[in-house]
Amino acid sequence: MNSASELEELRKGILSKRDPDKPCIAICAGMGCLGLDNGRVISAFEKEIDKKKLKIKVDIRTTGCHGYCEKGPLVVIYPEEICYVEVTPKDVPEIISQTVLRKKVIDRLIYTDPDTGEKAAHQSEIPFYKNQMRHLMGNNTKIDPRSIDDYLAVGGYSALSKSLLEMSPKKVLDEIKKAELRGRGGGGFLAGRKWETARNAPGKEKYVIVNSHEGELGAFMDRALFTGNPHSVLEGLIIGAYAIGSHQGFIYTRHDTPQLKSNIDMALAQAEEYGLLGENILGSGFNFHVEVHLDIGIFVSGESSALMRSIEGNAPEPRPKYIHTSVKGIRKKPSVLNNVETWANVPLIIDKGSEWYARTGTERSKGTKLVSLSGNIVNTGVAEVPFGTTIREIVYGIGGGIPNGKKLKAVHFGGPMGGSIPESLLDAPLDFDELSKLGASIGAGSMLVLDEDTSMVDVARYFLDFLSNESCGKCVPCREGIRQMLRILTNIRDGKGREGDIELLEEISEVTGAASLCALGKTAADPLLSTLRYFKDEYEANIEKVKSPAEKRE
Amino acid sequence: MIMGKQKKTKEIIIQIDGKEVKVAEGMTILEAAQSANIFIPTLCHHEKLEPYGACRICTVEVEVRGWTSLVAACLYPVEKDLIVRTRSGKVDKIRKMILEFLLAHAPYSPRLQDLAQEYGADRDRFEKESSFCILCGLCVRYCAEVKKKNAVGFVDCGARREIRFIPEIAAKACVNCKECFELCPTSYLQAAFVLAESLTFSKDTPSTASTK
Repeated sequence: MNSASELEELRKGILSKRDPDKPCIAICAGMGCLGLDNGRVISAFEKEIDKKKLKIKVDIRTTGCHGYCEKGPLVVIYPEEICYVEVTPKDVPEIISQTVLRKKVIDRLIYTDPDTGEKAAHQSEIPFYKNQMRHLMGNNTKIDPRSIDDYLAVGGYSALSKSLLEMSPKKVLDEIKKAELRGRGGGGFLAGRKWETARNAPGKEKYVIVNSHEGELGAFMDRALFTGNPHSVLEGLIIGAYAIGSHQGFIYTRHDTPQLKSNIDMALAQAEEYGLLGENILGSGFNFHVEVHLDIGIFVSGESSALMRSIEGNAPEPRPKYIHTSVKGIRKKPSVLNNVETWANVPLIIDKGSEWYARTGTERSKGTKLVSLSGNIVNTGVAEVPFGTTIREIVYGIGGGIPNGKKLKAVHFGGPMGGSIPESLLDAPLDFDELSKLGASIGAGSMLVLDEDTSMVDVARYFLDFLSNESCGKCVPCREGIRQMLRILTNIRDGKGREGDIELLEEISEVTGAASLCALGKTAADPLLSTLRYFKDEYEANIEKVKSPAEKRE
Repeated sequence: MIMGKQKKTKEIIIQIDGKEVKVAEGMTILEAAQSANIFIPTLCHHEKLEPYGACRICTVEVEVRGWTSLVAACLYPVEKDLIVRTRSGKVDKIRKMILEFLLAHAPYSPRLQDLAQEYGADRDRFEKESSFCILCGLCVRYCAEVKKKNAVGFVDCGARREIRFIPEIAAKACVNCKECFELCPTSYLQAAFVLAESLTFSKDTPSTASTK
């Protein structure tokens, strides 16, 4: 395609062939549902449709993650948007004959509220979805990630066309700056400012990178978004490249998510075929190419400078960032790295404008945020909420609260480099700065919900144990600090704590935090510090036990 | 380091421990301090090698436009009006604990013992884990950067990180070299041991020799 009008022609062509009233069965093939054997549900639908000779009358769409992993396998029947949960292959003939052909809702398969017994037939009525704002995830049910036509049908690549053909690179950058888009990977750094630094940095060769490493424990929203809607991330990346003057992009992803890799490869090939990637995109004269790289499987590969070294072909060891990677990154060239969710926000901002975008969220955290809910929570899954939503709303309104009648003890954010907040702070808003102040950095968006039976000493120990294997091991404060903190915590957990242990932990964490080379070491003690801040009594109780042998025997 | 290519270096004035020092722009703090005869301790640094920034014993306090931070002197490039403090309460505290971490591995290293005395580090503060190696990487980097042999490398990560000779390369390259032994800040026992082990190992099973 060589112009905006050709793109619109193509879009019209795709839409004209689609009848909005034609039944379409959207089956979730996200990672959670596939794990729940959705593959058999999909083939059951295919067979049944074959058998009933309905191929012309009914569409099947295997989609990316719908978000409500807890209730998978999920099936949504369009155009009515009837949502069936926990579907098995046995249910398939009935769904076809009753719902698809006769428009009858099957009571047994719709969502039932476990507390009130209230039923909800449509996706938009289910509490898990109802309380969300799905700007990014909403399209997942409407798209087959392996079909660029599906993405075009929901308006895809119109932001790219607008950027390249109606806006100057500077204007694109200004929109992102005005939208106050902050990086979703953990740092919360203003994306526009990063882009601007790279744009102004000397040198002709510049790079843009999608960080799709998502190593944070309990985080699975990026792969849900990227696997389910790869073109939205790619579109954002191309727009970003145009804004900073880059002609080469990289996607860095995991070796252990073949489905994601395959969808990315497919998306790149299709975009190239349509002239949305490669030379002279949409006739604009702008050239852009993308390479996909796989990680080598350690957590620290996701740290920006380690990731860039990995792309260069070196071991993924972080390097100091006294000179920002946006000035000297891959091969010492200016390199802008943003995570999956950040890039996916870009087309939205360009399409609807920064003013519209900045209306959602809080004063300093704009837009929506994807969170992945796991742990002791009724509804495990991926949710998207506007910034400013309280943690209580997320845990209870969307997450459905704590299972088995237990009480909530804490919510842990940001995985091994994050922190926990106690029940008493549940009315805090989801906000980069507010949560940071509470010692629980939002991280990439994993929310691990912990009930009253959880030992917070164990939580802190678990994360340090993880990091002791996942740090690169290069610098002393990180490698040895984690080793020693883990040793002390193991002793405390095993009832062998000694007086002075807490003070020693605090002292080590101070040195590790101040002197480590990269963010992994600098924040490795954060879970420990946040649990010491809010649950110090649990540490003390474990140490006390040692002092009185009688208690220890209990 | 990176600046090597840029020939036209500008002279700038920075302040180290209250002393005004004229240095070339792009130098590291460590180089600047050395040029002014101000001592900053190092363990993983070697002038023939790329700065590495792993031991962090060279951590110093810097002040840029009123902002104070702790940085590795061997890596941080000097800039105009930079203020450096090579000793401070915070700096000494960090160096003391780094030494205590390392003494758990190499309690008899003379270099570590000297520094321990200077910073009041307690050799027995942390449980001993006598592997002798403090993973400064001098041997690994010397072999790669100067000798260009890569006969010794790091394996594994995090707390399991160690140095290993690659038997196939070591069998040929190390016998007459062993230049890395002298670089070792603890003792070359570990290096020698690992070398001997891998050489023996490769003789027994030449075709399947592994690093494990």
